[in-house]
Amino acid sequence: MNLDSTMLLTALARLLIFPGLLFAVPAAWFFLWVERKSVALMQGRVGPPFMQPFYDFIKLMGKTAPERPGIAGLLMRAWPLMAMAAATGAVGLLPVLPTSGGFEGDLILLLALLEVPSMCIIAAGFSSRSIFAEIGSAREAVLSVSYNVVFLLAVVSIAASQNTFRLETLATLPHTPLRWLGIVALLVCLPAKLHLNPFSLPNAEQEIYAGPMTEYVGPELALWELSHGLEWIASTGLIATLIIPRIDSWWLAPLAFAAIVFGIVVLLSVVASATARLAIDSSVRFYWQCTLIFAGLAAVLAIASPILVRLKP
Amino acid sequence: MKLWNKLLCTCRRKSPWLFHMNSGSCNGCDIELVAALTPRYDAEQLGVRLQGSPRHADILCVTGPVTAKAVAAVKTVYDQIPSPKAVVAIGSCPATTNVFIDSRTLDGPLEKHIPVDVFVPGCPPRPDAIIQGVAKAAEILANRASTGQPVVTPIVVGEATGEPCFRAAREAQP
Repeated sequence: MNLDSTMLLTALARLLIFPGLLFAVPAAWFFLWVERKSVALMQGRVGPPFMQPFYDFIKLMGKTAPERPGIAGLLMRAWPLMAMAAATGAVGLLPVLPTSGGFEGDLILLLALLEVPSMCIIAAGFSSRSIFAEIGSAREAVLSVSYNVVFLLAVVSIAASQNTFRLETLATLPHTPLRWLGIVALLVCLPAKLHLNPFSLPNAEQEIYAGPMTEYVGPELALWELSHGLEWIASTGLIATLIIPRIDSWWLAPLAFAAIVFGIVVLLSVVASATARLAIDSSVRFYWQCTLIFAGLAAVLAIASPILVRLKP
Repeated sequence: MKLWNKLLCTCRRKSPWLFHMNSGSCNGCDIELVAALTPRYDAEQLGVRLQGSPRHADILCVTGPVTAKAVAAVKTVYDQIPSPKAVVAIGSCPATTNVFIDSRTLDGPLEKHIPVDVFVPGCPPRPDAIIQGVAKAAEILANRASTGQPVVTPIVVGEATGEPCFRAAREAQP
Protein backbone atom coordinates (compact mmCIF):
# COMPACT_ATOMS: atom_id res chain seq x y z
CA MET A 1 0.00 0.00 0.00
CA ASN A 2 1.50 3.32 -0.94
CA LEU A 3 1.55 6.42 1.23
CA ASP A 4 -1.42 8.13 -0.39
CA SER A 5 -3.89 5.33 0.19
CA THR A 6 -2.73 4.92 3.80
CA MET A 7 -3.31 8.60 4.39
CA LEU A 8 -6.70 8.41 2.74
CA LEU A 9 -7.67 5.42 4.90
CA THR A 10 -6.50 7.21 8.05
CA ALA A 11 -8.47 10.30 7.12
CA LEU A 12 -11.59 8.20 6.41
CA ALA A 13 -11.19 6.36 9.70
CA ARG A 14 -10.89 9.66 11.54
CA LEU A 15 -13.94 11.08 9.80
CA LEU A 16 -16.19 8.02 10.07
CA ILE A 17 -15.02 6.10 13.16
CA PHE A 18 -12.90 7.91 15.74
CA PRO A 19 -13.29 10.72 16.64
CA GLY A 20 -15.71 11.08 13.72
CA LEU A 21 -19.25 9.91 13.08
CA LEU A 22 -19.42 6.55 14.86
CA PHE A 23 -17.97 7.93 18.07
CA ALA A 24 -19.18 11.51 17.83
CA VAL A 25 -22.91 10.83 17.40
CA PRO A 26 -23.36 8.99 20.74
CA ALA A 27 -21.01 11.54 22.30
CA ALA A 28 -23.18 14.36 20.91
CA TRP A 29 -26.27 12.77 22.47
CA PHE A 30 -24.40 12.35 25.75
CA PHE A 31 -23.33 15.99 25.85
CA LEU A 32 -26.81 17.20 24.88
CA TRP A 33 -28.06 15.20 27.86
CA VAL A 34 -25.34 16.65 30.12
CA GLU A 35 -26.42 20.14 29.08
CA ARG A 36 -30.11 19.54 29.80
CA LYS A 37 -29.40 17.67 33.01
CA SER A 38 -27.10 20.32 34.43
CA VAL A 39 -29.61 23.06 33.60
CA ALA A 40 -32.27 20.97 35.39
CA LEU A 41 -30.04 20.43 38.43
CA MET A 42 -29.28 24.15 38.57
CA GLN A 43 -33.02 24.81 38.67
CA GLY A 44 -33.61 22.20 41.40
CA ARG A 45 -35.28 19.69 39.05
CA VAL A 46 -34.51 16.06 38.32
CA GLY A 47 -34.22 16.57 34.58
CA PRO A 48 -34.54 14.27 31.57
CA PRO A 49 -33.54 10.57 31.60
CA PHE A 50 -30.13 9.56 30.28
CA MET A 51 -31.41 8.34 26.91
CA GLN A 52 -33.55 11.42 26.22
CA PRO A 53 -31.62 12.91 23.25
CA PHE A 54 -31.64 9.44 21.64
CA TYR A 55 -35.41 9.09 22.14
CA ASP A 56 -35.94 12.56 20.69
CA PHE A 57 -33.80 11.77 17.67
CA ILE A 58 -35.53 8.46 16.85
CA LYS A 59 -38.97 9.96 17.40
CA LEU A 60 -38.21 12.85 15.05
CA MET A 61 -36.91 10.40 12.42
CA GLY A 62 -40.32 8.68 12.51
CA LYS A 63 -42.37 11.82 11.84
CA THR A 64 -43.90 12.58 8.49
CA ALA A 65 -42.71 15.74 6.82
CA PRO A 66 -45.00 17.81 4.59
CA GLU A 67 -44.25 17.86 0.89
CA ARG A 68 -42.00 20.67 -0.15
CA PRO A 69 -41.87 20.99 -3.92
CA GLY A 70 -39.30 22.88 -5.93
CA ILE A 71 -35.86 24.22 -5.30
CA ALA A 72 -36.79 25.77 -1.94
CA GLY A 73 -37.80 22.36 -0.59
CA LEU A 74 -34.61 20.81 -1.90
CA LEU A 75 -32.55 23.50 -0.20
CA MET A 76 -34.45 23.09 3.04
CA ARG A 77 -33.52 19.41 3.03
CA ALA A 78 -29.92 20.14 2.06
CA TRP A 79 -28.99 22.68 4.77
CA PRO A 80 -29.21 20.35 7.79
CA LEU A 81 -27.22 17.70 5.90
CA MET A 82 -24.50 20.22 5.07
CA ALA A 83 -24.41 21.48 8.65
CA MET A 84 -24.09 17.95 9.96
CA ALA A 85 -21.39 17.00 7.47
CA ALA A 86 -19.34 20.09 8.32
CA ALA A 87 -19.69 19.54 12.06
CA THR A 88 -18.64 15.89 11.67
CA GLY A 89 -15.62 16.99 9.65
CA ALA A 90 -14.68 19.46 12.39
CA VAL A 91 -14.93 16.73 15.04
CA GLY A 92 -12.83 14.41 12.85
CA LEU A 93 -9.99 16.96 12.81
CA LEU A 94 -9.63 17.08 16.59
CA PRO A 95 -6.37 15.52 17.81
CA VAL A 96 -7.95 13.35 20.51
CA LEU A 97 -5.31 10.64 20.30
CA PRO A 98 -1.62 11.56 20.60
CA THR A 99 0.26 11.38 17.27
CA SER A 100 -3.01 11.23 15.39
CA GLY A 101 -1.65 12.83 12.27
CA GLY A 102 -3.11 16.08 11.01
CA PHE A 103 -1.41 18.55 8.69
CA GLU A 104 -0.04 22.07 8.72
CA GLY A 105 -3.00 24.43 8.67
CA ASP A 106 -5.68 22.08 9.96
CA LEU A 107 -6.60 24.68 12.58
CA ILE A 108 -7.76 26.95 9.75
CA LEU A 109 -9.83 24.14 8.24
CA LEU A 110 -11.36 23.42 11.66
CA LEU A 111 -12.35 27.08 12.05
CA ALA A 112 -13.88 27.12 8.58
CA LEU A 113 -15.86 23.93 9.24
CA LEU A 114 -17.05 25.27 12.60
CA GLU A 115 -18.44 28.28 10.80
CA VAL A 116 -20.42 26.26 8.23
CA PRO A 117 -23.29 25.14 10.56
CA SER A 118 -23.90 28.72 11.58
CA MET A 119 -24.08 29.82 7.93
CA CYS A 120 -26.37 26.89 7.15
CA ILE A 121 -28.69 28.01 9.93
CA ILE A 122 -28.83 31.52 8.46
CA ALA A 123 -29.53 30.17 4.97
CA ALA A 124 -32.05 27.65 6.30
CA GLY A 125 -34.04 30.35 8.06
CA PHE A 126 -34.25 32.46 4.94
CA SER A 127 -35.08 29.57 2.64
CA SER A 128 -37.96 28.44 4.84
CA ARG A 129 -39.73 31.78 4.16
CA SER A 130 -41.25 31.98 7.63
CA ILE A 131 -41.18 35.46 9.11
CA PHE A 132 -40.00 34.13 12.48
CA ALA A 133 -37.25 32.10 10.85
CA GLU A 134 -36.13 35.18 8.95
CA ILE A 135 -35.94 37.22 12.17
CA GLY A 136 -33.94 34.40 13.77
CA SER A 137 -31.58 34.20 10.81
CA ALA A 138 -31.02 37.96 10.81
CA ARG A 139 -30.16 37.78 14.51
CA GLU A 140 -27.83 34.85 13.94
CA ALA A 141 -26.07 36.79 11.20
CA VAL A 142 -25.59 39.86 13.39
CA LEU A 143 -24.41 37.77 16.31
CA SER A 144 -21.98 35.77 14.19
CA VAL A 145 -20.44 38.99 12.85
CA SER A 146 -19.87 40.20 16.38
CA TYR A 147 -18.48 37.10 18.11
CA ASN A 148 -16.44 35.84 15.18
CA VAL A 149 -14.08 38.83 15.25
CA VAL A 150 -13.18 38.00 18.84
CA PHE A 151 -13.08 34.27 18.16
CA LEU A 152 -10.75 34.58 15.18
CA LEU A 153 -8.51 37.15 16.88
CA ALA A 154 -8.12 34.80 19.84
CA VAL A 155 -7.22 31.86 17.61
CA VAL A 156 -4.83 34.00 15.57
CA SER A 157 -3.09 35.27 18.69
CA ILE A 158 -2.63 31.73 20.03
CA ALA A 159 -1.35 30.45 16.68
CA ALA A 160 0.93 33.45 16.09
CA SER A 161 2.45 33.30 19.56
CA GLN A 162 3.31 29.63 19.09
CA ASN A 163 4.18 29.87 15.40
CA THR A 164 1.97 27.05 14.13
CA PHE A 165 -1.45 26.44 12.63
CA ARG A 166 -1.24 22.71 13.25
CA LEU A 167 -3.56 21.43 15.97
CA GLU A 168 -1.37 18.56 17.08
CA THR A 169 1.68 20.78 17.48
CA LEU A 170 -0.41 23.32 19.36
CA ALA A 171 -1.59 20.58 21.70
CA THR A 172 1.95 19.54 22.57
CA LEU A 173 3.51 23.01 22.98
CA PRO A 174 3.87 24.44 26.51
CA HIS A 175 1.25 26.86 27.81
CA THR A 176 2.07 30.55 27.78
CA PRO A 177 0.10 33.32 29.57
CA LEU A 178 -0.93 34.60 26.15
CA ARG A 179 -2.41 31.22 25.30
CA TRP A 180 -4.50 31.27 28.48
CA LEU A 181 -5.76 34.73 27.54
CA GLY A 182 -6.74 33.34 24.15
CA ILE A 183 -8.52 30.35 25.75
CA VAL A 184 -10.55 32.68 27.97
CA ALA A 185 -11.52 34.76 24.92
CA LEU A 186 -12.60 31.58 23.09
CA LEU A 187 -14.66 30.48 26.10
CA VAL A 188 -16.43 33.83 26.15
CA CYS A 189 -17.42 33.31 22.50
CA LEU A 190 -18.78 29.80 22.98
CA PRO A 191 -22.24 30.69 24.38
CA ALA A 192 -22.91 32.78 21.28
CA LYS A 193 -21.58 30.07 18.98
CA LEU A 194 -23.79 27.44 20.60
CA HIS A 195 -26.86 29.70 21.02
CA LEU A 196 -26.88 29.49 24.80
CA ASN A 197 -28.10 32.04 27.28
CA PRO A 198 -27.26 34.93 27.57
CA PHE A 199 -26.73 34.89 23.78
CA SER A 200 -29.64 32.64 22.81
CA LEU A 201 -31.13 35.33 20.58
CA PRO A 202 -31.21 33.46 17.26
CA ASN A 203 -33.35 30.59 18.47
CA ALA A 204 -35.00 32.61 21.28
CA GLU A 205 -37.47 29.91 22.39
CA GLN A 206 -41.08 31.10 22.54
CA GLU A 207 -40.12 34.69 21.76
CA ILE A 208 -39.84 34.16 17.99
CA TYR A 209 -41.33 30.63 18.03
CA ALA A 210 -38.28 28.49 17.22
CA GLY A 211 -36.14 30.98 15.29
CA PRO A 212 -34.57 29.69 12.06
CA MET A 213 -35.85 26.18 12.83
CA THR A 214 -39.53 27.21 12.95
CA GLU A 215 -40.55 25.42 9.75
CA TYR A 216 -38.36 22.34 10.16
CA VAL A 217 -40.14 19.03 10.71
CA GLY A 218 -39.24 15.48 11.68
CA PRO A 219 -36.04 14.03 10.16
CA GLU A 220 -34.69 17.44 9.13
CA LEU A 221 -35.14 18.74 12.66
CA ALA A 222 -33.46 15.58 13.99
CA LEU A 223 -30.44 16.32 11.81
CA TRP A 224 -30.35 19.89 13.11
CA GLU A 225 -30.37 18.63 16.70
CA LEU A 226 -27.59 16.20 15.88
CA SER A 227 -25.49 18.81 14.12
CA HIS A 228 -25.97 21.06 17.14
CA GLY A 229 -24.64 18.28 19.36
CA LEU A 230 -21.67 17.76 17.04
CA GLU A 231 -21.01 21.49 17.11
CA TRP A 232 -20.87 21.24 20.89
CA ILE A 233 -18.19 18.58 20.66
CA ALA A 234 -16.19 20.33 17.94
CA SER A 235 -16.10 23.74 19.64
CA THR A 236 -15.54 22.49 23.18
CA GLY A 237 -13.03 20.00 21.76
CA LEU A 238 -11.03 22.85 20.20
CA ILE A 239 -10.70 24.47 23.62
CA ALA A 240 -9.91 21.12 25.26
CA THR A 241 -7.10 20.65 22.71
CA LEU A 242 -5.63 23.97 23.76
CA ILE A 243 -6.04 23.37 27.50
CA ILE A 244 -4.91 19.74 27.71
CA PRO A 245 -1.28 19.22 28.77
CA ARG A 246 0.89 16.84 26.77
CA ILE A 247 -0.05 13.21 27.49
CA ASP A 248 1.57 10.37 25.54
CA SER A 249 -0.58 7.52 26.86
CA TRP A 250 -3.07 6.16 24.32
CA TRP A 251 -5.87 5.60 26.80
CA LEU A 252 -5.26 8.52 29.14
CA ALA A 253 -5.26 11.17 26.39
CA PRO A 254 -8.86 10.55 25.19
CA LEU A 255 -10.03 10.28 28.80
CA ALA A 256 -8.45 13.59 29.76
CA PHE A 257 -9.90 15.11 26.60
CA ALA A 258 -13.41 13.85 27.43
CA ALA A 259 -13.09 15.07 31.03
CA ILE A 260 -12.15 18.58 29.92
CA VAL A 261 -14.97 18.67 27.34
CA PHE A 262 -17.37 17.51 30.05
CA GLY A 263 -16.16 20.28 32.35
CA ILE A 264 -16.63 22.95 29.68
CA VAL A 265 -20.14 21.67 28.85
CA VAL A 266 -21.15 21.83 32.53
CA LEU A 267 -19.61 25.29 32.89
CA LEU A 268 -21.49 26.61 29.84
CA SER A 269 -24.78 25.06 31.01
CA VAL A 270 -24.38 26.60 34.47
CA VAL A 271 -23.76 30.01 32.92
CA ALA A 272 -26.75 29.48 30.61
CA SER A 273 -29.12 28.62 33.45
CA ALA A 274 -27.86 31.45 35.65
CA THR A 275 -28.35 34.20 33.06
CA ALA A 276 -31.21 35.70 31.10
CA ARG A 277 -31.33 36.42 27.39
CA LEU A 278 -29.72 39.70 26.34
CA ALA A 279 -31.18 41.94 23.64
CA ILE A 280 -29.39 42.07 20.30
CA ASP A 281 -27.80 45.48 20.89
CA SER A 282 -26.45 44.44 24.31
CA SER A 283 -25.00 41.24 22.86
CA VAL A 284 -23.27 43.04 20.02
CA ARG A 285 -21.99 45.72 22.41
CA PHE A 286 -20.64 43.02 24.72
CA TYR A 287 -18.51 41.51 21.98
CA TRP A 288 -17.50 44.68 20.18
CA GLN A 289 -16.79 46.86 23.22
CA CYS A 290 -15.88 44.63 26.15
CA THR A 291 -14.30 41.52 24.68
CA LEU A 292 -12.73 42.86 21.52
CA ILE A 293 -10.28 45.01 23.53
CA PHE A 294 -8.80 41.94 25.22
CA ALA A 295 -8.73 39.81 22.10
CA GLY A 296 -7.16 42.68 20.13
CA LEU A 297 -4.57 43.18 22.87
CA ALA A 298 -3.73 39.47 22.76
CA ALA A 299 -3.35 39.54 18.99
CA VAL A 300 -1.11 42.63 19.09
CA LEU A 301 1.03 41.08 21.84
CA ALA A 302 1.30 37.83 19.93
CA ILE A 303 2.45 39.51 16.76
CA ALA A 304 4.63 42.08 18.50
CA SER A 305 6.41 39.81 20.97
CA PRO A 306 8.74 38.10 18.47
CA ILE A 307 9.70 41.51 17.11
CA LEU A 308 10.35 42.80 20.64
CA VAL A 309 12.44 39.75 21.46
CA ARG A 310 14.50 40.33 18.32
CA LEU A 311 15.00 44.01 19.16
CA LYS A 312 16.39 43.16 22.61
CA PRO A 313 20.12 44.01 22.82
CA MET B 1 -38.72 -3.58 10.45
CA LYS B 2 -40.67 -4.89 13.43
CA LEU B 3 -37.83 -3.96 15.75
CA TRP B 4 -37.67 -0.46 14.28
CA ASN B 5 -41.42 -0.03 14.84
CA LYS B 6 -41.07 -1.17 18.42
CA LEU B 7 -38.21 1.25 19.01
CA LEU B 8 -40.18 4.05 17.37
CA CYS B 9 -43.16 3.28 19.60
CA THR B 10 -41.00 3.47 22.75
CA CYS B 11 -39.35 6.68 21.62
CA ARG B 12 -42.69 8.32 20.83
CA ARG B 13 -43.97 7.44 24.28
CA LYS B 14 -40.85 8.79 25.96
CA SER B 15 -40.50 12.07 24.12
CA PRO B 16 -43.76 14.02 24.00
CA TRP B 17 -43.13 17.57 22.84
CA LEU B 18 -45.98 19.97 23.52
CA PHE B 19 -47.35 22.95 21.73
CA HIS B 20 -49.54 25.10 23.89
CA MET B 21 -52.45 26.93 22.29
CA ASN B 22 -54.74 29.37 24.05
CA SER B 23 -58.13 29.55 22.35
CA GLY B 24 -59.60 32.28 24.53
CA SER B 25 -58.73 30.93 27.95
CA CYS B 26 -58.83 33.04 31.13
CA ASN B 27 -55.12 32.11 31.64
CA GLY B 28 -55.87 29.91 34.65
CA CYS B 29 -55.06 26.69 32.78
CA ASP B 30 -52.13 28.28 30.99
CA ILE B 31 -50.51 29.05 34.32
CA GLU B 32 -51.11 25.49 35.48
CA LEU B 33 -49.58 24.05 32.30
CA VAL B 34 -46.46 26.13 32.85
CA ALA B 35 -46.48 25.08 36.51
CA ALA B 36 -46.27 21.46 35.35
CA LEU B 37 -42.82 22.26 33.93
CA THR B 38 -41.50 24.01 37.06
CA PRO B 39 -39.16 22.34 39.61
CA ARG B 40 -42.04 21.13 41.81
CA TYR B 41 -43.67 18.97 39.12
CA ASP B 42 -40.80 18.75 36.59
CA ALA B 43 -42.49 17.19 33.56
CA GLU B 44 -39.11 17.01 31.79
CA GLN B 45 -38.54 13.74 33.67
CA LEU B 46 -40.99 12.21 31.19
CA GLY B 47 -39.22 13.85 28.28
CA VAL B 48 -41.82 16.60 28.00
CA ARG B 49 -40.64 19.78 26.34
CA LEU B 50 -42.67 22.87 25.56
CA GLN B 51 -41.89 23.74 21.94
CA GLY B 52 -42.12 27.13 20.34
CA SER B 53 -43.26 25.90 16.94
CA PRO B 54 -46.20 23.55 16.19
CA ARG B 55 -43.99 21.97 13.52
CA HIS B 56 -41.81 20.47 16.29
CA ALA B 57 -44.64 19.26 18.51
CA ASP B 58 -46.31 15.87 18.98
CA ILE B 59 -49.09 16.88 21.33
CA LEU B 60 -51.32 19.91 21.02
CA CYS B 61 -52.47 21.28 24.39
CA VAL B 62 -55.52 23.48 23.98
CA THR B 63 -56.89 25.68 26.74
CA GLY B 64 -59.96 27.92 26.56
CA PRO B 65 -63.52 27.51 25.29
CA VAL B 66 -62.67 28.15 21.59
CA THR B 67 -63.96 31.59 20.68
CA ALA B 68 -65.33 32.20 17.19
CA LYS B 69 -62.17 34.13 16.31
CA ALA B 70 -59.93 31.26 17.46
CA VAL B 71 -61.51 28.50 15.36
CA ALA B 72 -59.42 29.10 12.25
CA ALA B 73 -56.25 29.34 14.32
CA VAL B 74 -56.97 26.09 16.16
CA LYS B 75 -57.54 24.27 12.87
CA THR B 76 -54.40 25.74 11.27
CA VAL B 77 -52.21 24.83 14.23
CA TYR B 78 -53.66 21.31 14.32
CA ASP B 79 -52.86 20.87 10.64
CA GLN B 80 -49.34 22.24 11.11
CA ILE B 81 -48.42 19.54 13.63
CA PRO B 82 -46.81 16.66 11.72
CA SER B 83 -48.43 13.28 12.28
CA PRO B 84 -48.52 11.18 14.42
CA LYS B 85 -50.10 13.69 16.77
CA ALA B 86 -52.48 13.84 19.71
CA VAL B 87 -54.65 16.52 21.30
CA VAL B 88 -55.06 17.21 25.00
CA ALA B 89 -57.90 19.52 26.07
CA ILE B 90 -56.80 21.20 29.29
CA GLY B 91 -59.47 22.47 31.67
CA SER B 92 -63.25 22.32 31.56
CA CYS B 93 -63.53 25.05 28.92
CA PRO B 94 -62.43 23.15 25.80
CA ALA B 95 -64.52 20.16 26.92
CA THR B 96 -67.81 21.83 27.77
CA THR B 97 -67.26 25.60 27.29
CA ASN B 98 -67.76 25.75 31.07
CA VAL B 99 -69.25 28.97 32.48
CA PHE B 100 -69.14 30.68 29.09
CA ILE B 101 -71.69 28.21 27.72
CA ASP B 102 -74.29 30.69 26.46
CA SER B 103 -71.90 33.30 25.12
CA ARG B 104 -72.55 34.35 21.52
CA THR B 105 -68.83 34.91 20.90
CA LEU B 106 -68.08 31.20 21.31
CA ASP B 107 -67.91 28.42 18.79
CA GLY B 108 -67.03 25.60 21.20
CA PRO B 109 -66.48 23.02 22.49
CA LEU B 110 -63.17 21.95 20.99
CA GLU B 111 -64.40 18.56 19.77
CA LYS B 112 -66.55 20.30 17.18
CA HIS B 113 -63.43 21.31 15.27
CA ILE B 114 -60.60 18.84 15.92
CA PRO B 115 -60.52 15.29 17.35
CA VAL B 116 -59.57 15.25 21.04
CA ASP B 117 -57.72 12.32 22.64
CA VAL B 118 -57.52 13.28 26.29
CA PHE B 119 -59.63 15.57 28.46
CA VAL B 120 -58.13 16.99 31.63
CA PRO B 121 -61.14 18.51 33.41
CA GLY B 122 -60.91 21.06 36.18
CA CYS B 123 -61.17 24.80 36.51
CA PRO B 124 -58.22 24.91 36.46
CA PRO B 125 -56.91 21.31 36.61
CA ARG B 126 -53.98 20.55 38.87
CA PRO B 127 -50.53 20.36 37.24
CA ASP B 128 -50.22 16.67 38.17
CA ALA B 129 -53.48 15.95 36.34
CA ILE B 130 -52.10 17.78 33.29
CA ILE B 131 -48.92 15.70 33.41
CA GLN B 132 -51.02 12.53 33.68
CA GLY B 133 -53.06 13.68 30.67
CA VAL B 134 -49.93 14.33 28.62
CA ALA B 135 -48.48 10.93 29.56
CA LYS B 136 -51.76 9.24 28.51
CA ALA B 137 -51.76 11.18 25.25
CA ALA B 138 -48.17 10.12 24.53
CA GLU B 139 -49.20 6.50 25.05
CA ILE B 140 -52.22 6.85 22.76
CA LEU B 141 -50.09 8.52 20.11
CA ALA B 142 -47.45 5.79 20.22
CA ASN B 143 -49.99 2.97 20.05
CA ARG B 144 -52.04 4.60 17.32
CA ALA B 145 -48.99 5.24 15.16
CA SER B 146 -47.85 1.62 15.43
CA THR B 147 -51.26 -0.04 14.94
CA GLY B 148 -52.74 2.54 12.58
CA GLN B 149 -56.12 2.56 14.28
CA PRO B 150 -57.79 5.78 15.34
CA VAL B 151 -58.88 6.12 18.96
CA VAL B 152 -62.63 6.62 19.05
CA THR B 153 -63.49 7.54 22.63
CA PRO B 154 -61.40 10.17 24.34
CA ILE B 155 -59.93 9.48 27.79
CA VAL B 156 -60.77 11.58 30.83
CA VAL B 157 -58.05 12.18 33.39
CA GLY B 158 -58.37 13.10 37.08
CA GLU B 159 -61.30 10.97 38.12
CA ALA B 160 -61.11 11.84 41.80
CA THR B 161 -61.38 15.58 41.39
CA GLY B 162 -63.09 16.60 38.23
CA GLU B 163 -64.71 13.70 36.45
CA PRO B 164 -68.21 13.49 38.02
CA CYS B 165 -68.88 17.19 37.41
CA PHE B 166 -67.33 16.87 33.99
CA ARG B 167 -69.59 14.00 32.98
CA ALA B 168 -72.67 15.86 34.23
CA ALA B 169 -71.70 18.98 32.32
CA ARG B 170 -71.10 17.06 29.12
CA GLU B 171 -74.45 15.33 29.39
CA ALA B 172 -76.09 18.73 29.84
CA GLN B 173 -74.65 19.93 26.53
CA PRO B 174 -77.27 20.75 23.91
